[in-house]
Amino acid sequence: MKPPVFDYAFADHLDEVAEFLADEGGEARVLAGGQSLIAMLNMRLVQPTLVVDISRLPDHDFITLKEGVVEIGCTVTQSALQFWPGLAESLPLLKRALPWVGHRQTRNKGTVCGSIAHADPSAELPLCLAALNGKAVLYSSRGERVLAAHELQVGTLETACAPDEMIRALRFPTAETGAGYGFGEVAYRHGDFAIVAVAVVATSECLRIALGGVGEKPEVCEWPLLEDKFLDDALNDLAWKLGTNEDQHATAYYRRSLIRSLGRRVVGEALACLG
Amino acid sequence: MGSKAVPLWGRFLGQAIERVEDAALLTGRGRFGDDLPVRTDTLHAAFLRSPHAHAELGAIEVSGALAMKGVEAVVTGDYAKAHTKPFIAGVKQPMEHYCIAVDRVRYVGEPVAIVVAQDRYVAEDALEKIHVTYQPLSAVVDPEKSITPEAPVLHEAVGSNLVSDRTFVYGAPDEAFLNSDQQIGVTVRYPRNSCTPIECFVVVAEYDPAMGGYDVLANFQGPFTLHSVMALALGVPANRLRLRTPPDSGGSFGVKQAVFPYVVAMALASRLVCRPVKWVEDRLEHLLAANAATGRVTRIEAAVNNEGEVTAFDIDQLEDCGAYLRAPEPASLYRMHGNLTGAYKLRHVRVRNRVALTNTVPSGLNRGFGGPQLYFAIERLMDRIAARLHIDPIELRRRNLVLAEQFPYRCPTGALLDSGDYRRSVDLAVTDGKWQELLCRRNQARAEGRLYGIGCAAVVESSMSNMGYITTVLNAEERARAGPKNGALTIVTVALDPLGSVSVTIDSLPQGQGHRTAISQVMAEVFGIFPEEVTVESGFDSAVAGWSIAAGSYSSRFGPAVAGTAYLAATRLRDRLARLASQHLNVDMEELEFADGKICARDNPANSVPFRRIAGSSHWSPGTLPEGLEPVVRETATWTPPELTSPDSSDRINGAAAYGFIFDFCGIEIDKATHRVRIDHYVTMHDAGRTINPALLDGQIRGAFAHGIGAALLEKFRYDEDGQFLSGTFADYLVPTACEVPDPIILHTESPSPFTPLGTKGAGEGQSMSTPVCIANAVADALGVDDIELPLTPDRVAALMGDDEPPFRATEGK
Repeated sequence: MKPPVFDYAFADHLDEVAEFLADEGGEARVLAGGQSLIAMLNMRLVQPTLVVDISRLPDHDFITLKEGVVEIGCTVTQSALQFWPGLAESLPLLKRALPWVGHRQTRNKGTVCGSIAHADPSAELPLCLAALNGKAVLYSSRGERVLAAHELQVGTLETACAPDEMIRALRFPTAETGAGYGFGEVAYRHGDFAIVAVAVVATSECLRIALGGVGEKPEVCEWPLLEDKFLDDALNDLAWKLGTNEDQHATAYYRRSLIRSLGRRVVGEALACLG
Repeated sequence: MGSKAVPLWGRFLGQAIERVEDAALLTGRGRFGDDLPVRTDTLHAAFLRSPHAHAELGAIEVSGALAMKGVEAVVTGDYAKAHTKPFIAGVKQPMEHYCIAVDRVRYVGEPVAIVVAQDRYVAEDALEKIHVTYQPLSAVVDPEKSITPEAPVLHEAVGSNLVSDRTFVYGAPDEAFLNSDQQIGVTVRYPRNSCTPIECFVVVAEYDPAMGGYDVLANFQGPFTLHSVMALALGVPANRLRLRTPPDSGGSFGVKQAVFPYVVAMALASRLVCRPVKWVEDRLEHLLAANAATGRVTRIEAAVNNEGEVTAFDIDQLEDCGAYLRAPEPASLYRMHGNLTGAYKLRHVRVRNRVALTNTVPSGLNRGFGGPQLYFAIERLMDRIAARLHIDPIELRRRNLVLAEQFPYRCPTGALLDSGDYRRSVDLAVTDGKWQELLCRRNQARAEGRLYGIGCAAVVESSMSNMGYITTVLNAEERARAGPKNGALTIVTVALDPLGSVSVTIDSLPQGQGHRTAISQVMAEVFGIFPEEVTVESGFDSAVAGWSIAAGSYSSRFGPAVAGTAYLAATRLRDRLARLASQHLNVDMEELEFADGKICARDNPANSVPFRRIAGSSHWSPGTLPEGLEPVVRETATWTPPELTSPDSSDRINGAAAYGFIFDFCGIEIDKATHRVRIDHYVTMHDAGRTINPALLDGQIRGAFAHGIGAALLEKFRYDEDGQFLSGTFADYLVPTACEVPDPIILHTESPSPFTPLGTKGAGEGQSMSTPVCIANAVADALGVDDIELPLTPDRVAALMGDDEPPFRATEGK
């Protein structure tokens, strides 16, 4: 479990990172917290020729709140966001979800942008970005572009990020006044990737429900405000539509049952805090 | 003064003193296998492993690897076949198992080639340049399928995957079944899992061409029967295989027994390059190919009368030992043979034992070793009997327990249960563990519509294995031919240096249990000194230490064997020191007291001499020793329990020196929404005989309990039908963490063993045997189902509940 030979560079400036990525012809990888990349390197699942360490990049360790948007820089750790004083008010969904992300130790190293870039289909942060219609700011020597969550994540461990691009920052819209938020997941152990994860945004007009762990990327749907039997029926149909992947961890039957029961519980949680 | 039959107990014995090991471990000064310095010209090895579960091995093209800078050699099966012999095993069958695959691979992960290079990075790069031609064969991973005529045969010379099939009869089971009111049976399947120590295998081997021998450092844990297996495979006398172990080991739980084929592999590699070769196993290799416990399919039937008294068992066990029967297997199947009746007093047993091979990782030692599999069957059966006869499950067990007045109790299959008061232990557990309250909790939960269940399990925990039990697999004639195997010889040396301090060498190869602490307590007690003044050497060197085939840390032998033998050595030395002190103080030996670092007259404490002065005196003035007294500098005690005899002509075997008792019960709740099993209340009552250090015992109980939780709820080595391994990382093979292991209520009784020097029994494996079935019984109770298979992951619990799903109705969004 040793990586093959690769070059290592660390950058002082964003443009330097962009240059490294452009020069390496798609064979470079960005290293931030390293909680996924290092393991993948050691298992030789990825074999980059260059690893660009951005963890000491100055000026990107920021969380700003401006005009209804929280922007999170690319070196912000999951712990830093979890303990950001404005979190509960501005991003109540993330307040609920972050304790489920790995373990305290991995959150201390792992970055928020890194988790989005890794694009694990059962990870919590991509699910929240999708549920909230957040955006990612991609940066390269060609310039900057902004992609919505559903445009960014295209499959299992796959994003629309070009080989010369990196995620410079994430933009989360702040909580809508009066909206309710819920998050829940089932994993077999504390800190594991979810078997099924559910994030819900409830407003006075609609329910926005996002599911993780059931497909190649977070699945989002929008319903009118449903209750009781109508909600159960909608969740059941969603379960049949989505929850059919089966692996050594969980049967499709079990995933469907979780979409129904966990979905119901998390929708209830979101509705309960609807203003 | 003189040795007493019952030892002092104790200013230090029985006390929860702090571990002497921890200061070094907590400050990063542990000396583990990978930390120790190696020669500067040491090379590093990496293994190429089979991607196929079953295939004929064709050409192995290594030139690309050899051409790489930094690569020194590639070892393949041809070289292994030329320079080593197949490993010997407990069953005589034409199966050839070399340290790397020869002609055929039989499980995913089986070593196919070894690259030896300047460092591990280059070695792993070179693996990608080796090209192997495989001709895939169909594979079989299920023991029930592997013994059918259609199954692909792993070892063609054997002609079948069934490599051992023996039936034993004790008492008159047919008559007992005929005379019984009821015959109640269960069929259970126990999955394959492993204890996954934090530190994986480490081996550094060096060939000495001048002597034609090998010097090996490995974090091996014993048993040293395997030293003979390794030496025979290498074709050298045992004194040309020097085996050293590092002072610290990052856990083993039995698993590091299985480093032995890699010791031979590295020895072979070092022979080829004539330089030391080091290999550090990584986690991927470990999960894939190191070692797993056996899987077992058991059909067990009981003859029962209407009062719930069990009179006979009829047991059919089918053991899955993986692709090779690797020594000491099929020991998993025979370790508990002497006490197949568990904690119960039935007198008639029939048992059929079959051993099957499958295209999966070979089995080996794992905490509990054969116990979890056996007790899962017996204790599921006892619950079934209780349900059928409408008797409370604890009451049913009470009626069948061996009675206090029956000890020492000879089981029908040969075990000599040394001591205990099982009923009293159960009754105390019921009272102190609040069984009645648990029943109320269940009633209340059920009244609220929640899924709540209660389970219990009674287990006899054998410790200090008889080196002869494995030969029960042979018939009497085969045994006679092979020569007697019995006993469990333990060797401990206590030495006094010129300044009068005490050093001890033990043969247990500790793996983190705290053996140095416990031995220092024994020494402090006997010599009247302080534990922190004693040095206990934990690193082992076969060229220096006294050892027998029984050496090692396995079968929970430390408490009964090593601590007991250390006590024998120390008391002999103390009695000889007493003669010196008697002369020095002019006091009768019987009047002497060893305490607080002094030897003094009991009635006149002022008349004293420092212990160290007397203890060191033989070094300085051997010329003035009292007549007839040998110099008092060192004592080596050897001890083997006389009760550990060979299997008799009727195949009765006393498999262990001491037998502890465990009674567990628990309450669990199943979340109806997520189907997760939550342990609400867990009580474990333990009788491990005399306790040397309650804190160490507590640690063993919690550790075994955690392994039991893993086996019950999470852990299973999964293979697909083609034998591909699906549990290759810790994201796939789920081991419980602190968050998943609740705090058990630990209770004790203490029935000293009459057969061990200190009255101690082993205590390292009990909850690994009791906890899986205890939780299974509770889940069965909660769900009202009979067939329970482990691990009880939420998706399996959901399947057990079997709720119908609402159909798809296309109403989304309405």
